[in-house]
Amino acid sequence: MADILVVAEFSEGTVKKTTLSAIAFARTAASGLGGSFSILILGAGASAGAVELASYGAKEILVADNASLKDYIAERYHPTVVAVAKEGGYSVVVATASSFGKDLLPRIAMALEAGFASDVSGVSVNGNQLVYKRPMFAGNAYGYCTVTTPIQVVTVRQSEFSPAPPAGGTSPQQTVTTTAASAGDARISFVSFDQVKMTRPTLGEAKVVVSGGRALKEQFNEILNPLADVLGAGVGASRAACDAGYAPSDYQVGQTGKIVAPQLYIAVGISGAIQHLAGMKGSKTIVAVNKDPEAPIFQVADYGLVADLFQAVPELTKAIQASKLLQPVSCLFF
Amino acid sequence: MKILVPLKRVADPDNANRIKIAAGAASVDTAGLEWKPNPFDEYALETALRLTENGATPKVRVGEVVVVTIGPKEADTTLRQALATGADRAIRVDANDEHLDGTLVARALERIVADEKPDLVVMGKQAVDGDANQVGQMLAQRLDWPQVTFVATLQEEDAGLLVGREVDGGVITMRVQLPAIITVDLRIVSSKSVRSKITAATFAYNDGVRFAALPAIMQAKKKPLAELKLADLVPNPTLRIQYQKFELPPARKAGIRVVDVADLVGRLKNEAKVLLNDKAYGLSLLRQLRIKQVGGEQQWLTFW
Repeated sequence: MADILVVAEFSEGTVKKTTLSAIAFARTAASGLGGSFSILILGAGASAGAVELASYGAKEILVADNASLKDYIAERYHPTVVAVAKEGGYSVVVATASSFGKDLLPRIAMALEAGFASDVSGVSVNGNQLVYKRPMFAGNAYGYCTVTTPIQVVTVRQSEFSPAPPAGGTSPQQTVTTTAASAGDARISFVSFDQVKMTRPTLGEAKVVVSGGRALKEQFNEILNPLADVLGAGVGASRAACDAGYAPSDYQVGQTGKIVAPQLYIAVGISGAIQHLAGMKGSKTIVAVNKDPEAPIFQVADYGLVADLFQAVPELTKAIQASKLLQPVSCLFF
Repeated sequence: MKILVPLKRVADPDNANRIKIAAGAASVDTAGLEWKPNPFDEYALETALRLTENGATPKVRVGEVVVVTIGPKEADTTLRQALATGADRAIRVDANDEHLDGTLVARALERIVADEKPDLVVMGKQAVDGDANQVGQMLAQRLDWPQVTFVATLQEEDAGLLVGREVDGGVITMRVQLPAIITVDLRIVSSKSVRSKITAATFAYNDGVRFAALPAIMQAKKKPLAELKLADLVPNPTLRIQYQKFELPPARKAGIRVVDVADLVGRLKNEAKVLLNDKAYGLSLLRQLRIKQVGGEQQWLTFW
């Protein structure tokens, strides 16, 4: 028997979809170990978020709804997670490796004297032990590891754990007490959150991603947005394009940016540094457009087009548009 | 301000695709790859240097920058490089890499912090070999200090630091008083990302980290480098995470060069089948159509 605690991500009044990846992990691990999983949701107004999580098959939804949890600060959140994890006797505490999970969970691990497996891309059950698969060295090796402590803390890679679908039923809600913040909280305060306006699918959820490199220069949006629009795609960028200010840093795909694995990834004017490949080489189909035939991106691309992107991309946009013009009509009949 | 900067050496990250798996799959073989400082730790050092100087006169250090690494004797090279770039002192905790995990590193650093009493610990957000992203947060927990992770901008104020954190969906600005733990992200080394109280607001650094001049490399040999033993800092070190085996990721099958855009679109439709049967796309076009009509005040399509 081993029970699992999922820490949900609740922000701006809603449950983040990232949470569904941690739930997917929890289902696999709980069924493999013969236990159940519960979900803890924290935040000001978290009770409303708890309703969104009711149909995912959790044993219960634990709700810490407190005005002091309005803005996420690790020092304010972690004492409650630690108290709930201890009281409930959970064996595994898991969250998705979003910037929320990455910030919070190592701290939880240390507070629980637990071993920490971060950013895992897979889990299997060997006897009564969980074996974690971890991408390392910018995705150039996988390590298989176990955690030796009675409690284990895990973050999971969103692109490798498909969002859990609803399981039906209604999990009961239970209110939990919000534990006082840790001492460090007195020295830290939240000032503001400047959100990047997103009208397209987020990189973590998009089925198609169109990514651009430094070669696009000031025409980054002008060239990529129409292509992204005809494909219903999310837009990403290389580190060089972000550093140069052509794209917001939130667009960055790579070892230290967003890690994506869409059905189709189109790399435009991206040379393909190891750090970039680490963020996208799990994509199903990779297309590269680059004028340099020696660019390393071609080594991972299924389809490579050596061309001037300023001509090729608008042409590609038009061609895809033309090939799809009949789609809205045909989908009416299916 | 006294700043502690933990450093780790890693196998050359720009050639990480050349690593191999050792016989028996029990370890990763990085033979043939040069040791380099973890890039994020270099950024942390650059941050610490910028915070303790006037950018216009970087030779005068206001405060102290102490670098620390945990590793074998050969890791002294990484420390000497840091001393040559401007750090004042170095500490090496003697240990073998395979006898370490994030928890042990955080526990050892906790002891160093207790001895050195820095105002600030600045470290990389992750080491690019294990890619774990954990030690800063773990150290904050041991010390019960505030943690500010993924920091891309940092400005010294009278009562502490104003920091910008790069997170999913945007940038969070926070205020933190010292002592504290900061973990830095890539863009902390942009020209105007870090501002100390004594650097003019108009001053711009070169993008990236600074390099050591030859005289500084010679002088660095004379700067103090202390050696400690892991066992003295952390009694009964035990690993909480154990690796059983390693493997290389499956190679992607070789791709092809398409001749032109028409060839590409044809193959995406017929071979890869990623452009066909796109009902979602069709619906999204219909919705756009509806919105356009609504915008033009012709509401006949609003039933969608």
